[in-house]
Amino acid sequence: METQYAYLLNIICYLPLAGAVMLLFINKENVKAIKTLATTVAAIDFIVSLPLWFLYKPEGAEFQFVTKVDWIPSIGVQYFFGVDGFSVLLILLTTLLGLISIYSSFTAITNREKEYYVFLLLLQVGMLGVFCSLDFVLFYVFWEVMLVPMYFLIGVWGGPQKLYAAIKFFLYTLVGSVLMLVGILALYFYNSTGLEAIGLHGLGNAATFAVPSLYAIAPQIPASLQFWIFLAFFVGFAIKVPMFPFHTWLPDAHVQAPTAGSVILAGVLLKMGTYGFIRFSLPLLPDATVKAAGWIGVMAIIAIIYGALVAMAQKDMKKLVAYSSVSHMGFVMLGMFALNQAGLRGSILQMLNHGVSTGALFLLVGIVYERRHNRMIAEYGGIAKIMPVYATFFLIITLSSIGLPTLNGFVGEFFILIGAFAHKWWWALFAASGIVLGAAYMLWMYQRVFFGELNNPKNKELKDLNLREQWTIIPLIIMAFWIGLYPKPFFRIMEPTVNRLIHRIEVAVPDFQPEQQIAVSSAAQHEEEPGHAEAEAEE
Amino acid sequence: MKFYHYLWLIPLFPLIGAAINGLIVNRRGMGKNLAHTIALIGSGLAWLWGWAAVLQWYLTEDHTKSYVVKAFTWMSGGMMPLFGGGHAPLEISASYQIDPISAVMVSFVTFVGFLIHLYSVGYMHSEDDRAYSRYFSYLNLFMFAMLTLILGANLPVLFVGWEGVGLCSYLLIGFYFEKDWCATAGKKAFIVNRIGDFGFLLAIFFTFEYFGTLDFVKLSEIMSAHHAAAQWGGAATLIGLLLLVGAMGKSAQIPLYVWLPDAMAGPTPVSALIHAATMVTAGVYMVVRTNFFYHLGPQAMLGVAIVGGFTAFYAATIGLVQNDIKKVLAYSTVSQLGYMFLGAGVGAFAAGLFHVVTHAFFKACLFLGSGSVIHACSGNQDMRTMGGLRKYMPKTYWTFLAATLAIAGIPPFAGFVSKDAILGKAFEAGFTDLNGFGTAYFVLWALGLAGAALTAFYMFRLVFMTFHGEFRGTEEEKHHLHESPWTMTLPLQVLAILSIFGGIVIGFPGQLFHKEGWSFIDGFLAPMMVGVHEHGEHAISFGLEWGLVVLSVLVACGGIFVAWSMYKKDPSFSVPKSLAERFPRAYQLLLNKYWVDEIYDVLFVQACIKLADLLWEFDARVVDGVVNGTRHLTVGTSFVSGIFDLRVVDGIVNLVATINYRASGAFRRLQVGFTQGYAMVMVFGAALLLAVFFISF
Repeated sequence: METQYAYLLNIICYLPLAGAVMLLFINKENVKAIKTLATTVAAIDFIVSLPLWFLYKPEGAEFQFVTKVDWIPSIGVQYFFGVDGFSVLLILLTTLLGLISIYSSFTAITNREKEYYVFLLLLQVGMLGVFCSLDFVLFYVFWEVMLVPMYFLIGVWGGPQKLYAAIKFFLYTLVGSVLMLVGILALYFYNSTGLEAIGLHGLGNAATFAVPSLYAIAPQIPASLQFWIFLAFFVGFAIKVPMFPFHTWLPDAHVQAPTAGSVILAGVLLKMGTYGFIRFSLPLLPDATVKAAGWIGVMAIIAIIYGALVAMAQKDMKKLVAYSSVSHMGFVMLGMFALNQAGLRGSILQMLNHGVSTGALFLLVGIVYERRHNRMIAEYGGIAKIMPVYATFFLIITLSSIGLPTLNGFVGEFFILIGAFAHKWWWALFAASGIVLGAAYMLWMYQRVFFGELNNPKNKELKDLNLREQWTIIPLIIMAFWIGLYPKPFFRIMEPTVNRLIHRIEVAVPDFQPEQQIAVSSAAQHEEEPGHAEAEAEE
Repeated sequence: MKFYHYLWLIPLFPLIGAAINGLIVNRRGMGKNLAHTIALIGSGLAWLWGWAAVLQWYLTEDHTKSYVVKAFTWMSGGMMPLFGGGHAPLEISASYQIDPISAVMVSFVTFVGFLIHLYSVGYMHSEDDRAYSRYFSYLNLFMFAMLTLILGANLPVLFVGWEGVGLCSYLLIGFYFEKDWCATAGKKAFIVNRIGDFGFLLAIFFTFEYFGTLDFVKLSEIMSAHHAAAQWGGAATLIGLLLLVGAMGKSAQIPLYVWLPDAMAGPTPVSALIHAATMVTAGVYMVVRTNFFYHLGPQAMLGVAIVGGFTAFYAATIGLVQNDIKKVLAYSTVSQLGYMFLGAGVGAFAAGLFHVVTHAFFKACLFLGSGSVIHACSGNQDMRTMGGLRKYMPKTYWTFLAATLAIAGIPPFAGFVSKDAILGKAFEAGFTDLNGFGTAYFVLWALGLAGAALTAFYMFRLVFMTFHGEFRGTEEEKHHLHESPWTMTLPLQVLAILSIFGGIVIGFPGQLFHKEGWSFIDGFLAPMMVGVHEHGEHAISFGLEWGLVVLSVLVACGGIFVAWSMYKKDPSFSVPKSLAERFPRAYQLLLNKYWVDEIYDVLFVQACIKLADLLWEFDARVVDGVVNGTRHLTVGTSFVSGIFDLRVVDGIVNLVATINYRASGAFRRLQVGFTQGYAMVMVFGAALLLAVFFISF
């Protein structure tokens, strides 16, 4: 465990909190100062997080920048921060999107600005804390902290049905996290004293919530217990992802949330679920993971196709993007449960890609919404003529979303599909139909919004993007090209995490990859033998 | 300096041009001269560098082998389990390769590409500044993608180019995006191509899982091993068929051809460059590039031949009755691409690629010629209101005629040489009972021959309707008729010369004169074709060879004669009109392209949208209904549990109740407007947490 530069994570995580506290002392009439301060804090936070990219050593210890002190010693709770390659990437995504979402809200939010920025910064604290925590209790605290500001962001600054959406979001995720807590406790007791009341015999280790310590006992957890804990975690994480059929909070939350809320929701909050799977479910419960892989793969495929088809039926741009998220996150889950190198790498990369592309899509939809206060596709048409820059940006992001090579989406989807193929070849057969449907619904929306004649008089006066709006999108476009053209640095950072993950599953379940014997040729089985022997003899 | 050491510069030049035009010239509105100068430099440098690299490579390296240049590692996926138990690293690099196949492609693509850039300067001059620079930016971007496609050294890099050309095609078909039908045509092209890409992607996955590599050089080595056929026959057939699905999309073959005729919505130079000369031949190129799969998988090869043979004939029948000059050429392109597939499908990969090259010459010439005509007719594309243009635009006429003779298969024009090579090989495949599919190959040869007759007919129908007789348009239109500027006629002349001599120069039909080996292209490409030496070179006798040539020339002349008697001899077109009246059903069937578009629309597009709507209903009513129902149920449960004051109940139920309480509490507060207070509480709560932490530590 590397403790070098340990303060970095703490600064990154609590800087937004300091910013939120400072905001409280500013007069709420002084909107300009509020915006400047919030943006500055987010910008500094992003800059402070950048060294992680350079200082994180892929060849080094599993967890780096570690802070580890006792917090509640009596029950073994620690204040335990640390990151591996996977969480470094998500932290950088969070600080980048956090900055962009604050910067993008300047003109969109016109009431209660002070509280708005306070909540955005607090949300940032919660999200960063989740990615930094290596102690289950600490993790759970941040997980819940994150929920509240999001609830208010939707409930106060949202659209017409904001309250319904906010409560739905809140309840859904809370139900999930309660079950997750049960799972955490089961793990905790199994590792230490056991819980004789329910017939659970413990291992007798020192009580701890530290995730790395629990990794070590993973192979010893009996299959039946793994199953129940996996199920408890699964509900919590699957709701967050969201996986079909736990996804219906998402369209409501997205549509009703303010633009910045949607960006964060899609860009980071949805990653909480997939993060949870990779951080906890897979390494802690390898046996259950391998057994569940087949089912989850099928659910992911359903999500890919179902999400894409339902997206096609949408008339509201934001809802369309929301359902496209269901489809894209299906890809992330599919790659993850392929449980091999390419699948996991693709899955992790696709989390970033989804944050970049879908985040940008919500920003872009938000920009016309701000001008017209209407998100219906039918209200638009032909606006490429009067908003050429906007149309270009939208096109690039659309192409990134539908996985055009040289843009980010392709690299992720390609690896996910090849990983899925190597796991069970027919997974890729079905999942790949998602790329056809993806092109269909995105380009169809693009055509209806941007092409054709400009015949709605309300659109005649639309202004193209101003400089601030351009700069909310440009960083994401740069990211899209970078990941699409030269993803190697990203793979380098995530590689040790993926290797360790696969190794952990391998140790616990030695034959975890399904055998795929596709008859190469019926004749080959007979004729191959002598030739094969020759080849081997030559070697 | 070795030009071929920097192969990646060939696609990079036009990419830089595209970037400058797209990001700077277009956004600043900097004028047309600058825009086309940059675009011409971009594609011109690609042309010069491409030719220099090919020539230098040919002279200095062993030109029977591939020369691979790796630019950088693109994607690294780690060790992957393979079918059959082994492991292999998934390392995909951005690599370019030059070998006989890509040398042939680069030579003509850069050259024709440059000519069409030049032509566009004249053709697009009436567009406004921004549209003009946007056009040239897309055109340069297309050159980048196309060159990546043909220079890529592995399947994923080929796929990058493959999707890239698809994107440019989408953008350029929908170039006049204010017109809804143009935008729709662009979208249709992209989505139909995506269906093909689906097959292509699966082929990539199968290839990797069977062979553990995606590099052409390595795959070719594996497939050339002497026991490869027994070991990999099944895999090769499967992959070959999947690649064929991809090729059907890109090269507009049955059943995925429907996008290409609609693609004529784009500007005419685009139709010439992308939808005739280069992009649509990418499918043929891919089949030739992966010929080792087809060689080992005879069923897949037969599949290629069947698709090609039927498309060649089918598309030609539609071409018979179309009245839009570009539509005729579009169906003729589909049909000619069918010949290329037929060539590859009978194992004559070199002949297939040869036809790609000659077709690029004469079809680019025809499209550019039609552009010149449309330019003169103020945008009108209906041949029924043309006629007699020969007098007004002689350069266009003579170049167009040369290309028409080429496509009709009249010796010694380019199209004759390559098409006859394909038909000859198809006959030979039937004659020698290739892979035991002799009968099928005979049928396909007959279809190809019949298609040749139809080709000669509809092309001369086009020439007679457009250039001969009297002008049938309005007086105002007649007044406007004029020859095009030199930037347009120069490319036409160059391409016409190539349509005349290009065929016999690069692919002299030596077998007709006891001079085997005089065909440069055959000898040049042979080292790339797995197992090409195994076929007997003299499968059919000298006399039969000549007999076939005479037969196909007669068939072509027959087609021309019928066209002449129906459309030249009788300027009122009374024979075709009476035929249409006598056989109204057949006429309508052809005129409406067998109603395939309409059938697809009902079967796939509408069905898909219906399904989407249905699922959306399901999502809103059923899935969400369950959620809302559960919510009501939980509220009820917690209400009951509150009344009975049950303290010790199942922990989860209790918690859910608490959640409800908390949520509704927050909800009430919210309405009162205590948000600020809540924010304070949260901040201090979090601060408290920190304090607890620091105290305990």
